[in-house]
Amino acid sequence: MKKVNSIFTPWRLLKYLFKKPITIPFTKIFTQKNANYLNQNSIIKLNSRLDSEPREGADNIRGFHTNDWEECIGCGTCADICPTEAIFMAERLELPNEDGKLQQRPTIDYGRCCFCALCVDTCTTDSLKMSKEYIYSNSDPDAFLFMPTDTFEGQKVKEGYVKDEVSDLLDLKRVENPHELPEERKSSFVEIVRGYSKEFARLEAARCVECGVCTSACPVHMHIPQYIKAIWEDDIDGALRQVYETNPLPGVCGRVCTHNCETSCAIAVRGEAIAIRWLKRYIIDSAPDDMYENIILEPVSDVIDAKVAIVGSGPAGLGAAYYLRVMGYKVDVYEELSLAGGVMRYGIPAYRLPDTAIDKDINFIKHIGVNIKTNTRVGRDITMDQLEQDYDAVFLGTGFMKPRGLNIPGADHNRVVGAMEFLPKVREFERGNLSLEDIDVAENVVVIGGGDVAFDVARSATRLQMLKYGKSSVKLTSLENEDSLPATFDEYVEGAEEGVEFFCGNGPQEVVVENGKILGLKLWKCLCIFDEKGGFNPEFDKECEQIIEGEQIFIAIGQAPDYDYIPESIKDKISINRGKIEASIDGQVKDVPWLFVGGDILRGPDLIGGVSDGHRSAKAIDAYLYENAKKQDISDSLKAMREAVKESSPELTIRQGGKK
Amino acid sequence: MRQMKLFLGPQHPGMHGNASVHIYAEGDIIKRSYLLPGMLHRGFEKGMERHTWMNNIGLIPRVCVVEPDINEMAFAMGVEMLANIEVPERAHYLRMVILELARISIHLMSYGGLGGPTGLYTLMYHAHADRNRILNIFEKITGHRVYHMYIVPGGVRKDFPVGIENDIHEFLNDLESRYTEYRDLGIENPTVLARIKDNIMLPESVVWELGVTGVGMRSAVNKPYDLRKVKPYARYSEVEFDVPVYDYSDARNRVDIKLNELVQSIGIIRQCLEKMPTGPVRAKVGNGQSMRWTVPKGQVYSCVESSRGEFGYYIVSDGGTHPYRVGVRGASYPQGLLGIEKYMPGTRIDDAPLWIDTMGVCSPEIDR
Repeated sequence: MKKVNSIFTPWRLLKYLFKKPITIPFTKIFTQKNANYLNQNSIIKLNSRLDSEPREGADNIRGFHTNDWEECIGCGTCADICPTEAIFMAERLELPNEDGKLQQRPTIDYGRCCFCALCVDTCTTDSLKMSKEYIYSNSDPDAFLFMPTDTFEGQKVKEGYVKDEVSDLLDLKRVENPHELPEERKSSFVEIVRGYSKEFARLEAARCVECGVCTSACPVHMHIPQYIKAIWEDDIDGALRQVYETNPLPGVCGRVCTHNCETSCAIAVRGEAIAIRWLKRYIIDSAPDDMYENIILEPVSDVIDAKVAIVGSGPAGLGAAYYLRVMGYKVDVYEELSLAGGVMRYGIPAYRLPDTAIDKDINFIKHIGVNIKTNTRVGRDITMDQLEQDYDAVFLGTGFMKPRGLNIPGADHNRVVGAMEFLPKVREFERGNLSLEDIDVAENVVVIGGGDVAFDVARSATRLQMLKYGKSSVKLTSLENEDSLPATFDEYVEGAEEGVEFFCGNGPQEVVVENGKILGLKLWKCLCIFDEKGGFNPEFDKECEQIIEGEQIFIAIGQAPDYDYIPESIKDKISINRGKIEASIDGQVKDVPWLFVGGDILRGPDLIGGVSDGHRSAKAIDAYLYENAKKQDISDSLKAMREAVKESSPELTIRQGGKK
Repeated sequence: MRQMKLFLGPQHPGMHGNASVHIYAEGDIIKRSYLLPGMLHRGFEKGMERHTWMNNIGLIPRVCVVEPDINEMAFAMGVEMLANIEVPERAHYLRMVILELARISIHLMSYGGLGGPTGLYTLMYHAHADRNRILNIFEKITGHRVYHMYIVPGGVRKDFPVGIENDIHEFLNDLESRYTEYRDLGIENPTVLARIKDNIMLPESVVWELGVTGVGMRSAVNKPYDLRKVKPYARYSEVEFDVPVYDYSDARNRVDIKLNELVQSIGIIRQCLEKMPTGPVRAKVGNGQSMRWTVPKGQVYSCVESSRGEFGYYIVSDGGTHPYRVGVRGASYPQGLLGIEKYMPGTRIDDAPLWIDTMGVCSPEIDR
């Protein structure tokens, strides 16, 4: 039957008059606060039916942001990704200034925000979330610009949209850098880490969010986001330029730096840090020599007539030498041994830092005109007085190269060896200057110490044993427990892979000697290392005693400085505290103004710290020499001469202008 | 007779969004007319060049306000084609549910839109109330009611929340039970019929001349040209549905097609919810963090069937982090801009809003 349409058919919808409306009353969508505001301003008239319980958004709703300031590290990734540029980072200097956090927090302009939640999806820390609050009214336009905190309008609010694994926009997993396998690497000194290929380096570089948290954590403040971006853009030229702005030893630091940058990396909050160290190494490994010529020689000028002597060619000495040379000074570096590099050349084993990498960095430093005089020990071949006479300033970066002894019975045995006696021999062996027979390494050895040097000794000994006996047996004992070793975690993992046995948490008490031969090392369990005041004062449990077997003991419990080269006349004027020379923050010694110090002997052992000292001291030396030059200019004739120089050399004028 | 200039919109119950039609009328017959799309949604294509591939999801839904999901879908499909990404199976079905819900919501809105020009506001209230329920579902799934930003290159942003299927089924059952009421209220209602039957014609020749697609084309040429059938995307090839057609395109038949499509969409959603497999919902587009995702060099045209016809994105990538160029084929461009200018003259002033509503005009698509 055909349906007959009549104008009365629609009237049956009248039944809805008696049903509950599905729409939400206008009065019900406001929060109490907003409703009061609207009432006061006569924007709407709300009667007594006002319901203070507003309609709640869905569980997933993208409402106003909340940001936990404790968790937030101020990386600014939210501001970068915002498609409407509604977010900017506002400086909050009252926040603590610590590594891994920046003193800024996101501020959101809700006039622009489109509530897309990309900022939430890309947040490195999960601190930025969205709440269920979606109503906010105010007659002041500026009130729509505010910094989200963990509350909204001073009240705790319910959580709305949060990111999950699916919506996460970061890549938290590091691109694997191929390593030599333990079985293969433990019988040779081949470098363990093979280094990124171009493809892998670019993949790894693509993970960086360019926040710059790493830059502030790095002792030399390297331009890390910039050079990682350059790698990602496949611009090695640009990357190299960025690297050399702040670090003249990138090839070395790309391998053995303590990488504070990675510890503080924003991605590391939830995932694996960007492999900043390997990426830096990738730049140097893939930069051909002629590229250096093109881009870095440009700023070197030779207009200032002053000479600086550097004693010691370690990281601090070379760092100072490079920057002084770039500023235009004549620089001579004095090195006692036959190769420049200090601890890099004679301490760190080749499987971590091969000679080729050191050569590349040092060759470039030499290339720009730094004169390195090897086999010249200050104090023996040339005196400090002579240096004072010949040079306008002297920088000491002689490091901690002497082994520190252990005062226990039996430690005077000739097979109890210090780390810094052993490691230089190992390096000489790698270079082919020593044969396997020249190095004494027993079939069973014990290493005392828990730092990187102890691991260097243990793993070098493993390799020598493999070469000599075809098997290895190395035991490592330290006061610290395995989870609090001062060595980097990589060392511990790789050492274990190579078969090093650990006896951590024990203190050495006696080298057990019988008939002139070492049988082993007596250990007591270590209860605590430091006393209440924080001083080094280990306590032992005598009940827990064990003797670990070994015919040779290596001691790697720290290194000490050697100040024999400094004459008494100068020593009287300087004060040495726990092996370190006291000086200003720039390394200038108070009573000997022409003398600057840096590196281990100023701040203690750290490679990148040494480079930063060198850089800082170079600036201080420059300032000092400039002040000296000004004083000498007092006589009129000199003034006139200087004017003449100024006119003939515009670069000098520019430099002087900069100084004022 | 003296010619009079009138502005239809932007403030007019029968006008869509911020567009307006400038009308020159003699008596109540339109003699000359042209569209002013509002100039609010300008520069979208250019803006897309300044946003990264991922950031663009904040911008693209705005090309059609009431049915934003088709933009997200066309853009995501284009990027996926360029980057050669395999979208997870479950994501295809999730996308279809979203797209069909969006189709229902805009058909309801458009059908309710008949209420304004015909004075039958009840229809509009009812349609909007039901559309509101879809928006509630969208809010639960995506976190937003209108700009969902849910369909992203690689899949969807998040999986469905637990229990949302019940909400969808409940809504679909309700809508189905009220379907006859809707028909009775609107196109079966003699007072409305008098306005839309044999009125506001779209002859086949005009379809070919202007390049009208979608409901307009299907109602005029009697051919089931629907991209979901002729060039299936997502998993439309896996679900059964009909494409309603007519060989006579007056306003009534066009509205009827929309209502029939609404029934088909209900069927598609039910099939999707049934067939939906479990598994991941998103594949990775690029390497690293999203602002460094790159898409290989190339160009692509990806299109989807919107409620108004073929909706396409032409995307060119130079291999970088941003699109090199994006061009949008707005489905309502032919009838909205050209049709109003050429074929609206001759209708009565009071039929002009009906003309715009039944032809399907969305001004941001024209502006973009």
